[in-house]
Amino acid sequence: MIDVLCTFNPLNWFVEPLSHEFMRRALMVSALVGGVCGLLSCYMTLKGWALMGDAVSHAVMPGVVVAYALGLPFSIGAFVFGVGSVALIGFVKQKSRIKEDTVIGLVFTGFFALGLVLVSKIKSNIDLMHILFGSPLGISYSDLNQTFIISAIVVTILTLFRRDLMLYCFDPTHARSIGINTGLLHYLLLSVLSLAAVAGLQTVGIILVVAMLITPGATAYLLTDRFDRMTYLAVFSSALSSIIGVYISFWSDIETGGSIVLVQTLIFLLAFLFAPRYGILKSQTSTHL
Amino acid sequence: MKPLINQVQPSTFLGIEANEVCVDYNGTVALYDASLQLKSGSICGLVGMNGAGKSTFFKALMGFVRPSRGTIRINGCTVHKAQKDQIVAYVPQNEGIDCSFPVSVWDVVMMGRYGSMNVFRIPRESDRKAVWHALERVELLELRKRPIGVLSGGQRKRAFLARAIAQRASVLLLDEPFSGVDVRTEKLMSELFLQFRKDGRTILISTHDLSHVRDFCDLVVLINKTVLAYGETSEIFTDENLSMTFGGMHPNVLSGPTPSSEEF
Repeated sequence: MIDVLCTFNPLNWFVEPLSHEFMRRALMVSALVGGVCGLLSCYMTLKGWALMGDAVSHAVMPGVVVAYALGLPFSIGAFVFGVGSVALIGFVKQKSRIKEDTVIGLVFTGFFALGLVLVSKIKSNIDLMHILFGSPLGISYSDLNQTFIISAIVVTILTLFRRDLMLYCFDPTHARSIGINTGLLHYLLLSVLSLAAVAGLQTVGIILVVAMLITPGATAYLLTDRFDRMTYLAVFSSALSSIIGVYISFWSDIETGGSIVLVQTLIFLLAFLFAPRYGILKSQTSTHL
Repeated sequence: MKPLINQVQPSTFLGIEANEVCVDYNGTVALYDASLQLKSGSICGLVGMNGAGKSTFFKALMGFVRPSRGTIRINGCTVHKAQKDQIVAYVPQNEGIDCSFPVSVWDVVMMGRYGSMNVFRIPRESDRKAVWHALERVELLELRKRPIGVLSGGQRKRAFLARAIAQRASVLLLDEPFSGVDVRTEKLMSELFLQFRKDGRTILISTHDLSHVRDFCDLVVLINKTVLAYGETSEIFTDENLSMTFGGMHPNVLSGPTPSSEEF
């Protein structure tokens, strides 16, 4: 970090890395994934699904391993296991007296452990570190294509159904009472979550993907009272922090996933302190007055 | 087979029809043999203690719980069809709504129009007019740009009522509309309900406040696990009936020792 500051030349800082093919690719995919996860994070935070995001992102792990072993696109395996974990959570919750958060924790750690065991047992060229911590700087063309397709699907679904999904998060009872199929919306949102988790895995890895799925939404939530504006802010802050994170990672040779999430967290802290209406500094002054 | 006949019938019954509706939750009976016929152009109060099955009956009418027996028809349609056709609107109690949700009053009322829009929910001019008109009727027009969270309890209640008005449903189900509202809201709502009756709508109000029922409900349904009595308010509101509903001294009701334990 220190040598970054010493050699700091703003223009060069941004332009020089663009001469590398791998950096152009990393910046593009990180911004894209950041934007996509940022959009979804609005629904996750408003619906209160942070833990669900954590669960699904961890549960895709064995899916990735199995898909690689079978020579399938990793996204398909991840999607199957992501949705499967959610179905399992629903099933165990319904059939037992255990509370939901316990069931979520139980299922996702189980899936994650299965993934770890499979990685160590199945002979393959999967780099565990890449799955766990992401590696946008080393992303391959086929992974890039998959990420584009996934992002396109997620954005399309979230755009087409944004009103219904908003209503579902805000007042599911009303949604049902006007004849909207809320069960369908529930699973639609969960499927999109699985897909976004797979996309996020590319840049920040399984462990940190949940940050991509909640932090931008939480930041935006502190900044506005309008849903549409919240989505724009979340997408913007998330894409921006991904880009900055990749740059910082490049210049100071630090873990990319960690750097992206750290920038996101810093932006959240800024909002937490200085947000016009909901920042803590603001509310303190207003209570004194 | 039944819905087909209902659609073909020339003289469909307008309003709410429940026929021997039973609801049980995992074997616990919440409601049994509840029947009523509520014609359009009337205001009906649904009266009973907490845990007497009022909210269960409401949920059954809205299709949120499936009756284990019996049938429900709204304007001659099944509940599901009535919802799809925006025939029936439900005004919830405020509880359970996330009031820090980033939506404006206008957005909330617009949600009443979603069912009439195409799948992408893009508002047309007619939808905006309906929302405007509904906000006018509940006197919230000036506050339309405010976030829903900054409204007072009474204003919020009016916002959700406006949503039902914007829906233009002919059957309205209101859950405890008068609980926790200020005098202004109460007066405004009573006037609106009387106006709805004149428009020929069917209004079912769940309440445990008897004075409101006496004041403007034409019909009343007394509930304790089943429909105990049903009819014109003046005839039904007898001491004997009320003690049967509220007294708990009646031996043949199925309610357990703690009437409120059912609701959670």
